[in-house]
Amino acid sequence: MKTYAQINNRIESGKAVVLTADEIIDYVEKKGLVTAAKEVDVVTTATFGPMCSSGCVLNFGHSKPKIRMTEAWVQDVLVYTGLAAVDVYLGATQLRYNDPANMDYPGEFRYGGGHVMEDLVAGKTLQLFALSYGTDCYPLREIRTYFTIHDLNQAIMLNPRNCYQNYNVAINDSERSLYTYMGTLEPNRKNANYCSAGQLSPLLNDPYYETIGVGTRVWLAGAHGHVYAEGTQHAGGGARTPDGIPKEGAGTLALTADMKQMRQEFVRGVSFRGYGVSLALGVGIPIPILNEDILKRTCVSDHEILAPVVDYSVEYPLNTGKVLCHVNYEQLRSGEIEVEGRKVAVGSLSSYYKALEIAHLLADEIRRGDFRLAEPIAYLPKDTTMKPLMIREKPS
Amino acid sequence: MSQTVTKKLLLFFPRCECEKPIIYHLVKDHNLIVNVFRAKVTPEEEGYLVLDVTGTEEDIQRGMAFVKTFNVSINYTGKGVTWDENRCTHCGLCITYCPTGALYIADRVTREVAYDETKCIECLACIRVCPFGECASAF
Repeated sequence: MKTYAQINNRIESGKAVVLTADEIIDYVEKKGLVTAAKEVDVVTTATFGPMCSSGCVLNFGHSKPKIRMTEAWVQDVLVYTGLAAVDVYLGATQLRYNDPANMDYPGEFRYGGGHVMEDLVAGKTLQLFALSYGTDCYPLREIRTYFTIHDLNQAIMLNPRNCYQNYNVAINDSERSLYTYMGTLEPNRKNANYCSAGQLSPLLNDPYYETIGVGTRVWLAGAHGHVYAEGTQHAGGGARTPDGIPKEGAGTLALTADMKQMRQEFVRGVSFRGYGVSLALGVGIPIPILNEDILKRTCVSDHEILAPVVDYSVEYPLNTGKVLCHVNYEQLRSGEIEVEGRKVAVGSLSSYYKALEIAHLLADEIRRGDFRLAEPIAYLPKDTTMKPLMIREKPS
Repeated sequence: MSQTVTKKLLLFFPRCECEKPIIYHLVKDHNLIVNVFRAKVTPEEEGYLVLDVTGTEEDIQRGMAFVKTFNVSINYTGKGVTWDENRCTHCGLCITYCPTGALYIADRVTREVAYDETKCIECLACIRVCPFGECASAF
């Protein structure tokens, strides 16, 4: 019905009709699917939440004399140096040197890789300390210096896994508090936590990956980046509702963008008591309304999306795959769910408020003609499942 | 008889007066109903006290005049626990841990989080659970 080129032409001429993934629900209800599909060009989706599989590649440029860094720390947080001389990879969950971790359980984990990334984007001055064994071409063996993001040649975010299509609701069946990446879970199912933007979330609005694929242009913390691969643990072949909405994690995206274009309020270091550090990140993804089917799927509403409730005392850590029940996002957002006849208070790790803000920011950029859509160059697999890691005897 | 009111106060004692039964005198001499949320003496012997006092305006004023004789600064707006509105991401994770609804969803549509300081009992649960560290204690 419409092509990417036609939609981009309308964006360039400032005539594109853009709605957010929550606005489109009422709009289609009012106008009908056929009319709305003709009128609407783009639906914007978004999410803001902890995304542990985040990191960035930094290039420092060369000092005089030169060094080939073999071990390095930024703000005392270890970075990976098994790349070229002055390229490093900083990971979001890396702890600061000498962090006591869980030795004083539950640990506080006040600062780590995610916080370094936030400080970097904020333009703060950071310390680099690096060691080397020294070579003929790279003689320097130690360096301590201070830099900001503006001093770097490149600061490229490189996130192997973002935008989980759906996610667990974590609950605690045991008699003691649990400290997890899903927050603190009180004993005896006293509370539960979930982590998804639900009806605003990108891959829940494109459940069969018809428009979001490798090469799709995305809004990543204010920068224009793109999907560079399927995300790690992408498992498009999991269980779905009759409408095609995944009932478990399912799809993921690998994203990249230039950190020099990012905004600090959408790149936030995270500390989970007793668990560790991470990064919360804002992502916005536009869905081109190419036809009525694609539009229909963007009308997905919280009450249609089911999330699995999983016990994090036994079932999750032992990887049993057991699901207590499914609840929908309307129930989750009410602040209370019912699990096996008992009411449980429920909280969110993902910020719907921020996701909504991002969906509107992206919609405004598209309306102004500042953000154009990119057609995928490859599509995400719909049939893959997630493999476990087998613990095997050494083959004889 | 004058109407009774309840005020939440944060008292800061630059030099701790631990040996003096200040609360006792507030109750006995100034007819105040006292509800202490949190008290602390630091290693530097500074003292912090967060409490509700209930009584007539006159009794509260007399009570505070008495407290001031100990070189105490009185903050009438609480502030034992602070919430950084500008850096809060409004994820809402804190809400199920807050036992009094001091942290709450102010807008069901946008899911904006707000903080009603008058409801805070200073249990510090929010400080332990906020992933972004946006709830903090004055002491």
